[in-house]
Formats: sequence, C-alpha cells, structure tokens
Amino acid sequence: MNVGDVIRVETDKGIFEGILLPSTNENIITIKMKNGYNVGILKENVKNIEIIAKGEKPKYELPPLNIEKNEKLKTISILSTGGTVASKVDYKTGAVHPSFTADDLIRAVPELLDIANIKGRAVMNILSENMKPEYWRKIAEEIKKEIEEGADGIVIAHGTDTMSYTASALSFMVKADVPIILVGAQRSSDRPSSDAALNLISAVLAAREPIKGVYVVMHGESGDTFCYLHKGVKVRKCHSSRRDAFKSINSIPVAKINPFTKEIIYLQEVEKSDNSKKVEINTNLEEKVALIKVYPGMDGEIIRFYVDKEYKGIVLEGTGLGHAPEYIFEHIKYATDKGVVVVMTTQTINGRVNMNVYSNGRELQKLGVIGCEDMPPEVALVKLMYLLGNYEPEEVKKLINKNLVGEIEYRSRFDAY
Amino acid sequence: MEINYEKVGLKVGLEIHQQLNTKRKLFCHCPTILRDDEPDGEIVRVLRPSLSEMGEVDRAALIEARKGKKFIYQFYNDTTCLVELDEEPPHPPSEEALRIALEVALLMNMNVVDVAYTMRKIVIDGSNTSGFQRTIFLARDGYIETSEGKVGITSLCLEEDAARKIEDRGDAVVYNLDRLGIPLVEISTAPDIKTPKMAKEAARRIGEILRATGKVKRGLGTIRQDINISIKDGARIEVKGVQDLDLIEKVVENEVIRQLNLLKIRDELRERNAEVVEKIFDVTEIFKDCKSKIIQNALKKKNGKVKAVLLKGFAGLVGKEIQPGRRLGTEFSDRAKVIAGVGGLFHTDELPKYGITEEEVKKLKEFVNAEENDAVIIVADEESKVDRALEAVIERAKEALIGVPEETRRALEDGNTAYLRPLPGAARMYPETDIPPIIIKKEFIEEIRANLPELPEEKFERFKKEYKLNDELAKKMVLSYYVDLFEDLCKKFKNVKPVLIATTLEGTLKEIKREGYDIDKLEDRHLEETFKALSEGKIAKEGIVEVLKGFCEFPDKSIDEILEIKGLKGLSKEEVEKIIEGIIKEHLNVVKEKGEKAYGFLMGRCMAKLRGKADGKLVNDILRKKLKEI
Repeated sequence: MNVGDVIRVETDKGIFEGILLPSTNENIITIKMKNGYNVGILKENVKNIEIIAKGEKPKYELPPLNIEKNEKLKTISILSTGGTVASKVDYKTGAVHPSFTADDLIRAVPELLDIANIKGRAVMNILSENMKPEYWRKIAEEIKKEIEEGADGIVIAHGTDTMSYTASALSFMVKADVPIILVGAQRSSDRPSSDAALNLISAVLAAREPIKGVYVVMHGESGDTFCYLHKGVKVRKCHSSRRDAFKSINSIPVAKINPFTKEIIYLQEVEKSDNSKKVEINTNLEEKVALIKVYPGMDGEIIRFYVDKEYKGIVLEGTGLGHAPEYIFEHIKYATDKGVVVVMTTQTINGRVNMNVYSNGRELQKLGVIGCEDMPPEVALVKLMYLLGNYEPEEVKKLINKNLVGEIEYRSRFDAY
Repeated sequence: MEINYEKVGLKVGLEIHQQLNTKRKLFCHCPTILRDDEPDGEIVRVLRPSLSEMGEVDRAALIEARKGKKFIYQFYNDTTCLVELDEEPPHPPSEEALRIALEVALLMNMNVVDVAYTMRKIVIDGSNTSGFQRTIFLARDGYIETSEGKVGITSLCLEEDAARKIEDRGDAVVYNLDRLGIPLVEISTAPDIKTPKMAKEAARRIGEILRATGKVKRGLGTIRQDINISIKDGARIEVKGVQDLDLIEKVVENEVIRQLNLLKIRDELRERNAEVVEKIFDVTEIFKDCKSKIIQNALKKKNGKVKAVLLKGFAGLVGKEIQPGRRLGTEFSDRAKVIAGVGGLFHTDELPKYGITEEEVKKLKEFVNAEENDAVIIVADEESKVDRALEAVIERAKEALIGVPEETRRALEDGNTAYLRPLPGAARMYPETDIPPIIIKKEFIEEIRANLPELPEEKFERFKKEYKLNDELAKKMVLSYYVDLFEDLCKKFKNVKPVLIATTLEGTLKEIKREGYDIDKLEDRHLEETFKALSEGKIAKEGIVEVLKGFCEFPDKSIDEILEIKGLKGLSKEEVEKIIEGIIKEHLNVVKEKGEKAYGFLMGRCMAKLRGKADGKLVNDILRKKLKEI
C-alpha cells in the first residue's frame, strides 16, 4: 500500500474510500475522500483494507514558457536559499511543492516579464532557522559567480526568521557594483493572500536600479500597497507574523517601492553603481563569537564558559544605554584579560549605546568593553565575526564602532522610531 | 396545474449553514458579534489565484490569469484581531464550537470520524482574507425523520463564516471582518427529498435539532439554506440564500416549473430546427433617433452602441413564461447582467414597446435577415459591455436548445430564482497544516451522547407539565423562534404566569406586527425589561402591548422612558385606592341608588382610568372592598 493508492477501509463506523495520504501519526490512516475533505481513521478501528486502484505518480511539470530575452531589460538572477517564493499545490495530497526555475517564477509572478530578464536557481535548500556562517559564505560565492556571468542585479529568496543576519553578513563580505536584494514572504506562497508576489516584484524592481549594496525588501505595511527597501545592516524582523514585520532600526527605509506602478521613491541617499560590474568577496568569518543577553540575576559564569571554549568575541545585549550588572564585572574582566573582544549593544534595540553617561557604563569601559553605537545586536554579532576573521584583536577594537558599510549612523533621526 | 413530483423525478438536497453562538470565534479568540458602528481602520489586499490551476503558456493569458483582485477590509481593534486580517496563524479551534457540532451530529444519528482535519477551501472572491475558508469534516451517514420518510444526512462540517460584504466601490470590494470566523455548522442532506413539502419539513426538522442545542445564533442571516434541485432530463440547480422555511417549499415548486418549461421550450425549438447565429450585428444606425430612454442614454455614453443577435426559430419562445412572471428572455437578461454588467436587453417578442417603434423593429429584422419564426435580441450600452452581454446571450440561447443548464441561482423573495453563476466544480481543498489533526476520542463522544439536549417532542411534554401550557400553546412554543427566551423569562420572573409569557411571544407580537409595528427591532432585552416591569408591578398585564409597541418605536429607550412616553407610569396600590375612592365619590348618587349593582358601572369607569396602569384583578378587589364599606 502506497501513498496515492485509492483504498477502501472497513471500520466499525462504516466504509471509507479515498486516496491514501501521508500521515504524521503512525496510528492513523489518512485518506482524502471524494468530497475533497481529509479524514483520519484510527488503525485500532480498522477491520479490513483493500486497494481499489494504484495511484499515479504525481507530476508537477507544466509546459515550458519559452520566454525570449528582452534586450532592453536588465538581467536579474534570483537565487533561492530554501524559501519558496513560488510553489504549486497538489490538491490531491495537499502537498506544497517548492518550485524554483525561471519558468516557475514567471508563471507564479508573470509581472516579472515586464521588469527584467529572469534567471532562477536554487543554491541551497536550508530553512532560515538552520542558517549558519558556512552557508553565508556559499551565498556570497554564488553571488560572485552570477555577477561574473553577467547579472545586473541579484535577488536572494530567503526565509524571514534569520534574513537580517544573512543581510548583515553579505553586507560585510560582498563588495559588488550591483544591488543585492534579500526578499521573503510572511505568508506561504501557496495561498491567494500571500505577500510573496508583491515582495518579489518589488525586489526585482530594486535589483535593476543603478545602485549597489545589500538590501532587504519586504511589505511596508499590512495592506498590499507598497514595499520598503531597507539597508541590510539597518533592518530587523520585529514581529513574528505580520506582513510588515521588517523595520529599519535607527534609520528610515532607503526607498518605498510600488509594485503596481513600478515606481520607486527614494527616502534617503544611496550609493550609486558605476556600471563596472566589479565584484569581490571576503568570506573570512570568525565563528567563535557569542551573543549574550543581559538580565537581572544572571550568572556571569556563562562568560567564562565561552572564554574557556576559546571564543574570540562576545556581544553583550545590555540594558538601557548599554549596562550590565556589577556582579558579572569580574567575569567580563576575565574575558578581556584573556584577549577576548567584548562589545556592548542594547536590548532596547532602538537607540544608541552610550557608556559615558552613568558610572556603570564608565566602569565597563575601564574593563575594556566597547560600545557599538546604534547597531542592533544581530548586526554587531555578524560584524564582530567579520572583523575577527580579518583583523587582529587590537585592530578589531578600533573598527567595531566605526562605520564600514552603513551599519552605524552618527546622526540619530527623530523619525526613525 | 398539479405536478406529480414522483413522475417528473424530483430530487432535492439541502445544504444548511447555521452560525453557532459561541463565546469566541472558531480560529481566534475574538467575540462573535456583528457591528454597525464605524470601523477603526481599513486595509487593502490583493488576492491572486493559485498557481496550480494554470496551464497558460501565452504571455497575455498568463498575466491576465495571475492578475489579482483588490479588496478592502474593515476591522475593529477591540473585536477583530490579526487572525482575521490574515496577519497571524489561526489559533486552535474553539472547543465549545466543536462540542456543539458533535451534539448536532449525534442528534442526527451520524457517525463521527476518528480524526478530523482542518482543510483550506480556496475562495478568492475576497470573503476571506487568506484566500481560503477553513473547514473541518466531522461526521457522515446520519438521517432525520419526516412524515414522508427518512432523509439521509451525508455530511456535517464545522467551518468559519465569511466576511460581510459592505459595498462595491468600483475598483475594490469592501468587506467587514466582524463576521469572519464565526463558527458555522454546514449540514448536507442526501438528495432523498421528493416533494416541496418534504423539503420544508426536513429543513424545519434540522432547524429544530439545531435549536435544541441552545447554542445557535438567532436572527436574520444566522442560518442560510441552499437547495439542490433536479428533475429527470433537467439539471442540478443550486439555489442559494433561502432564509425562510415557507420560501423553501415555494422555491422548489417554482424551480420544478421552470425546468419543465425549459424542457418544453427545448422540444419546441428542436421541432422548429431552431439555430443560434453566432454573429453580433451593429444596429446602432437603426436606433440613432429612437425614442426609448434606455437606448438614448446608452448612445450618449462613450463608445455607446446598440447591437443585436439573431436567434432563428425562437420567435414567441423568448417571451414565454417559464416561472410566474419570468420568461426565457429574463434568463438571457440575467446572464447579460451578471456577466457584462449591462442593465438588461430587449427582444422582439416584446417589441414594439418602450419607445421602440414598429418601423424600427421592421428595419432591425431586415438588417439581420430575420424571418417570421425568428427572434432578435438587442442590447444598448458601452460597446465592450454590449459585446460581452451578447456573447453571454448566445451562450445561454445555445443552452436553451439542449434544455436546462446547470447553474447556481439566487433565491428571490417571491419564490422564483435568478442566475448567479455557473455551478462550481469540485472545491479545491488542501490541508491547513497550521492546525494539528483533531483526534476525537470515543470517551468524548460518549460523554456528549450522555448529555444530549432535549428534543422538541420531549420539550413539548415538559412545557405542558412544567408550565401548564395547553397542547396548542405548548406546540407553538416549542417550535417558536422565541423558545429559549420563553424559558429564560419563566425562570427569571416566577410570579408571572408562563401562559402570559407564551401568549405574548406567540400572539401579541404577531398582532402588533399586523398593526404595522416593526417587531424586528425588538431584542431579548426589550422583552426581558417588559416582563421585569410586570413582575415588579410597574405595569399591569394590560400594559404589555403598549410597552412593546413603544420599544418598536423607540428601541434605544429604557423601560422607564417607554412607560413615560406611553403614559403608563406605574401606580402604587395606595394610588390606585385613591383613584377608586375618587370615582366612587364622583358617582355617590349612583351608588346610593343602585347599591351593589353599581359595581359593573363603576368598574367600567375605573378601568377607563386605570387600564394599563394597574392590574384588573387588583382594581376589582379594591372596588368590591370599597363598596362593601359603604
């Protein structure tokens, strides 16, 4: 008996007929009835099962579109890391099959035809929550390859959970003369209300712009009206489920994108491309960097644990302006004495770290802790990985609170919050 | 004309959707209340059709197929949440709703499934923010009894109600989210129903069972009935939105008549070798000086046109009545209206008329080469609409050559039906993986079975015994829309006779409705306040009618305000005594002359003054006492 077979099940509650479906519970037989509904039967209630017909192997191929290249349009490469911007629903089994070729993308979002020549490729199949530095390196390498092969812009389809970490990593590792746009969806792309299509259209619109740098494109508000272009080192997922979960932190979005009119309104200055198509990557990352959230009553022993494990950097997510309890100061000193770079961010997320205002901050600075200005904790974590991967600790201490790729803004805008 | 329903092969199935009166919505924790006040905000959404349906390769067709539709959703911050806005995954289903649904299933002798799955049914008309409706199949293979036999109940599902459509703003449809997510049970019968009367009876029986749970919502719109009707050689027609029990019988009768007449027309058309000419003629020139207001208004439009199609052999049949007051031409018109949005059409069976002259009709017929036995249909409007309208007419006329097309139709108030849309294909469903499967344990089923609510026949006996209602009144009360309210009021106001409460709910309300008062404005609270006032002696039972009329006129007023407005301010016993003493003094000579025989006369005078303000019995007692004292 295989999934897809048509079976008849005799039970004490009568006879059920339908297509056998995969079941997550081994004690349950799940079938799809003729009326479209799925129903479960406890195996303990089954009297007899017979196969009425063998199931067909489902096919998920549709005829190729044979799209011709439009010489007037830029070429944009869409690379998937495992998020599904496009997907096909098999109503027979309910399975949602990710699809990621240019044809699949265009079939799902035909508006792309008028915007750019599209190349589509899956470079990995990783759930966002399973992302790690080695995958960031691979993404960077794939970006380089695509640009060298002629792409005018790059779109990275990525799960939303850790998108801002990846955006930060690429910001530091990749120096390219074309835009690199990360995009995702808060609602799965199989449903009619999905935000995937508008986000993807907006991302491709941004990717063909004569700009450079790494950005994130997601819904600008709950309604299907516009998307924001966020700087990759100034954005964070701030809500677990809303479409407009992504917010620029300590900054305003770079641009507002209307996927219906294709209009892009820039809200601040951006780095312009010089059409050189140059691309360089530096994928050296020190992976032994930890992020520790400070809380009342915490046991500072966690810091010694990391130090003894030969960690090279620690990001503290402190309270308020960048504070930590005095009873962990001895542990922090243990770390800095051992040459570990310890930096301070704030769990208020918004606002600038300033360790000169209160004695707590001043004492921390004496211990060697360095403030990270207005960087969110996640960005500071990635930046520290990058710096420790490329510089000596003393140099790292000088660079951590200096802007490299836009991660620090020295002016604090009132309207950024 | 008496129709033999068995002979014509009538088969009817019902699909009943009933809202449940739960504390929270099915998939979130919002209350299940509808609102008419200003929403706190609106958001715009675009719903795109699913990828799986499409095989289009042509670029333009692909773009058209994937074009989304725009909707506006109104929300309230305190009674709708992120779930209705499709901004948060669904919460586990309401256990209360699940229990009620299972009660209904057991009351209808159904088999409950071991494991139920929440499914997504694709809906992209905007009535659901996610683009699908969540629905759970719970039970099957039940039955109910009617006087004409058993009716199988093939399925019972628990699902969420749709958002309420507010208006069509042209470029977007507006919905309010207050109704989205209210739990519904969907009950489908087998096509076992064989007569219109049986259909009505089955629907009534299902309604009785639903109300027996005490957990279904009452009021217009909380129950919706769709009827599937077919006859031999005819077609399955789904009639949507039948709200009223009496209308069910009428709708079935009229649908049978319609289908029989369409079959007759088909036979006549075939005999005439009728043919639909698939060509659209531009006849604008013929009508440029036409006196018809409709045509003149159409020609003033940008790209306004009058166009025609030729239906060979259709003469005399387009104007033929197929339902009381509706003709084959009405069917053509329905299609044109729904599909193209035009206001209607003209056909030569009804012309010359409406300002269109005999001369113009003659020219029209010549232009399209119509013969004696042919009919011509014309539509006047903006050109693209006219073309789409006439294409729809051509399609429908071709269907007339075959017989009865399968359709979804809308019930009209007179029991007729009008075209709504094609019959939907198999619903596209796939699992809602955000909600785990629901394992329904045997112990849970047995616990519910042991606590099943009382059925109408049991209630009937109890009402007679407990409330001392006679047979007629008990029966009426059991079937009454107000049955739950009746019991509530009896429990709350034990010094008020149940008979009085029952006759008020089932008699008085009907009377004042007949007098023209809008009793739909009355809520439970109004009746509760009325009987509370009676219970406390604020009004006499004679005052009930006036108070209820007052609440119909001023639904927002309090009971005290109504009493003031109606001049029914309560009188204390002392006040009543004083008034009676005054009347006796005023007529002392009559008392002296007639002695105790003056009672009748004086009672009349007293009640003229005290009616509605004091109980008749109280007045009687006081008056007799006073007379004896003299």
